[in-house]
Amino acid sequence: MRPRKRNSGSAATAAMLSLFLVIMVVITVYVFVSGKYAPPAAITSVGHAVDAQYALTLWVTGTVFILSQIGLAFAIWRFRDHGQAAHFTRGNNTMEVIWTTATIILFLGLGLMGHKAWAEVRFTPAEPSAIQVEVTTNQFVFNFRYPGPDGKFGRLDPAQISASTGNPLGLDSNDPAGKDDVVVPTLTVPVDHQIELLLRSQDVIHNFYVRELRLQQDAVPGMVIPIHFTANQIGRYDVVCTQLCGLGHYRMHTFLDVVSESDYQAFLKQQAAGQ
Amino acid sequence: MSSQAHSGHAVVVEPSGFIRKYIFSIDHKVIGIQYFLLALTAVVIGIILSILMRFHLVYPGAHLPFVSGGIMTPEQYMALVTMHGTIMVFFVLTTAPQGGFGNYFLPIQIGAPDMAFPRLNMLSFWVTFLAFVSILAAFVVPGGAPISGWTGYTPLSGMGEVTGPGEGMGQTLWIISISLFCLASLLGALNFIATTIDLRAPGMTLFRMPLTVWGWFVTAILGLLAFGVLLAGGILLLLDRSAGTSFFLPAGLVVNDQVQPHSGGSPLLWQHLFWFFGHPEVYIAILPGMGVASHVLSTFSRKPVFGYRAMAMAICGIGFLGFMVWGHHMFLSGMSPYSGFAFSVLTMSIGVPSAIKTFNWLGTLWGGKIQFKTPMLFALGFVSLFVSGGLSGLFLAQPAVDNMLHATYYVVAHFHLVMGVAAIFGIFAATYFWFPKMFGRMMNETLGKVHFWITFIGAYCIFMPMHFVGIAGGIRRYADATGAPYLGVLQPVHMFMSHSAFITGAAQLLFLFNFFWSLKSGPKAPKNPWNATTLEWITDSPPPIDNFGGHYPSVYRGPYEFSVPGYKQDFIPQNLTPDEAARLK
Repeated sequence: MRPRKRNSGSAATAAMLSLFLVIMVVITVYVFVSGKYAPPAAITSVGHAVDAQYALTLWVTGTVFILSQIGLAFAIWRFRDHGQAAHFTRGNNTMEVIWTTATIILFLGLGLMGHKAWAEVRFTPAEPSAIQVEVTTNQFVFNFRYPGPDGKFGRLDPAQISASTGNPLGLDSNDPAGKDDVVVPTLTVPVDHQIELLLRSQDVIHNFYVRELRLQQDAVPGMVIPIHFTANQIGRYDVVCTQLCGLGHYRMHTFLDVVSESDYQAFLKQQAAGQ
Repeated sequence: MSSQAHSGHAVVVEPSGFIRKYIFSIDHKVIGIQYFLLALTAVVIGIILSILMRFHLVYPGAHLPFVSGGIMTPEQYMALVTMHGTIMVFFVLTTAPQGGFGNYFLPIQIGAPDMAFPRLNMLSFWVTFLAFVSILAAFVVPGGAPISGWTGYTPLSGMGEVTGPGEGMGQTLWIISISLFCLASLLGALNFIATTIDLRAPGMTLFRMPLTVWGWFVTAILGLLAFGVLLAGGILLLLDRSAGTSFFLPAGLVVNDQVQPHSGGSPLLWQHLFWFFGHPEVYIAILPGMGVASHVLSTFSRKPVFGYRAMAMAICGIGFLGFMVWGHHMFLSGMSPYSGFAFSVLTMSIGVPSAIKTFNWLGTLWGGKIQFKTPMLFALGFVSLFVSGGLSGLFLAQPAVDNMLHATYYVVAHFHLVMGVAAIFGIFAATYFWFPKMFGRMMNETLGKVHFWITFIGAYCIFMPMHFVGIAGGIRRYADATGAPYLGVLQPVHMFMSHSAFITGAAQLLFLFNFFWSLKSGPKAPKNPWNATTLEWITDSPPPIDNFGGHYPSVYRGPYEFSVPGYKQDFIPQNLTPDEAARLK
């Protein structure tokens, strides 16, 4: 019987490890590319820009992922110990320079290209014609305040906050500007019109996130943080809190309703009539 | 050669009595093992917590006899999340690689008899132990463990029980524990840096240090500069909670319809302080593992590390840049969006030294003679996992894309792959590699291989699908999927991940069994079972009290002289004189 070759165990281990890496890459790439777990379609043009940047990043990282993991799998199989001598080298400075430069260009290029989708929302303030809605978060609800027909938000007084008597935001009863303010638990906005949200919090840090807007922002106590968007599709969308805010964090949820201009006017009229 | 007369080393005296030998020991080897055993205890607890979390996510209504009330509540889930993260990041990932293996092997690999400050070393361990007791105590105090996550954002963590269960005594103990941990780590960092700079053997220049030493050295510098900031933050938070200050609390806070008396503070200040520490912290968690990976890959490929200098410089580069990227945790925090852009560019840059390291690892394997012993399997797994986890960071580093992925399971997938698996694989590789030296016995190879396979496949099964949950909008730190209706469709993925987690968690019992059984019954280990080149392998297994039995080595070459042309033996130890090496030709 032929004596068992030393290191013959290498072949089986090498084969299994290489094979597993290849299978892992194939499955991973397949699921990413298939879009089976994609977010719902974006409903803003900036949202589409975010998607485009995500796709570009997926291409770049996907390529690096495939090449590295397959490269690793190949090296494991090709250079398993089957009785050969190792090839002595301390490295290759030319290669170092090449792959360092390539990586710098690739990664920084990617980052700079993604700057536009960020700048468009965050560096640019809302237009003067934007509809302003104040978003107030607390454990564990969202409240949305519209300024009403006078176009002015009334003063708020924390000492007058009383959710149980219908004043969750603490509208100051001494300020007439607040009398026509509309406070509702869901967000209703007209389609194709810029909306500016003013995010506030009464207690701890919360967050406002709508997947279809590709937009989220922490609401921080002590700050009023503006974000803006223009939705281009009518529909009802989930609003969730993504910043850990206590035991009810998982159920802090409401809806964004994007409606037609006429439906929006009807909503405002209905709220005014109800006061 | 007389060691005491020429080398100037202190005489190391063998301690007498059980307490001095094994409890209050100043021997870096004993202290290293103490840190390792603390981390081992912590990781068992941390894994149990994560199994409970994964169980709750897929069986939320299940009756759990050990939970008061029978069914896990959302706040109990949040307590698990908080404690799992805290225990794993601090008491496992910051303890085992640096406090454990760094303590044990840094002095030996540089040819020293001990750390520069042995008593300070002992103090560091026992303060860490106190910190561990504090965090565990949070489980049993009234109100239970805190629910604010390992990140402890204010105001949720800053106002006491009024913001939620566990936010009373539990949160206070958390802060005390973290603060003690910072103190211990600062002392440890001082020790590591002084030791590396001052106690290297003759001939061991910086560029002849093993990459493991580079890893521990740069990690210690990070620790020295970062832990103080968290300590400061912790003290300020304690003051806010108990002394009426308002460092992190603005005016007008209303919790449960009660106006809080604070004013003038900023919640963002906590985030800046926390993450200024927190980002270097994750590099503290991974750099030692990178050093071990390079070391093990070279040893078991029988080739020098490809681009040794580039690797050492990349470790320094990662450490340096690691201090400049903390704002990428805060893109959506209310921080200036212009700062966000700056942090984004810096964060993308840190991908460059990481990529360099990956290419050099592949270069080390290329043309090698790869031997698939258990330490090598874990080192190879480290490379694969680091690539997978590191690449998802490129998405999160871009604030525009972060709009979509922030606080989703995508982030959880990213940091688990790099920290919760890759760094752990670094610890496993180190354990299997150095166990023979530390304990004088070999671990069982077959058990080691089975442990590797289940853990490697299992880890990918748990954390690769997690990206998809995040992309679809699965939000992290959610106790269950009932609050947001769209989450229901993701439950099958959660089911797959949870069952993978149960199997992978159970497989760790193989490691525990192998470890403790081999301590007593493993075959006796020779001095150099792996035919390796660095200084720890020239001494006995386990080493004597002064590490080298009085014969302190000098160093004549770099740390990875494998398969050098012209030599019959495929490795040349660092300590051989040129004449002794010539006999290997």
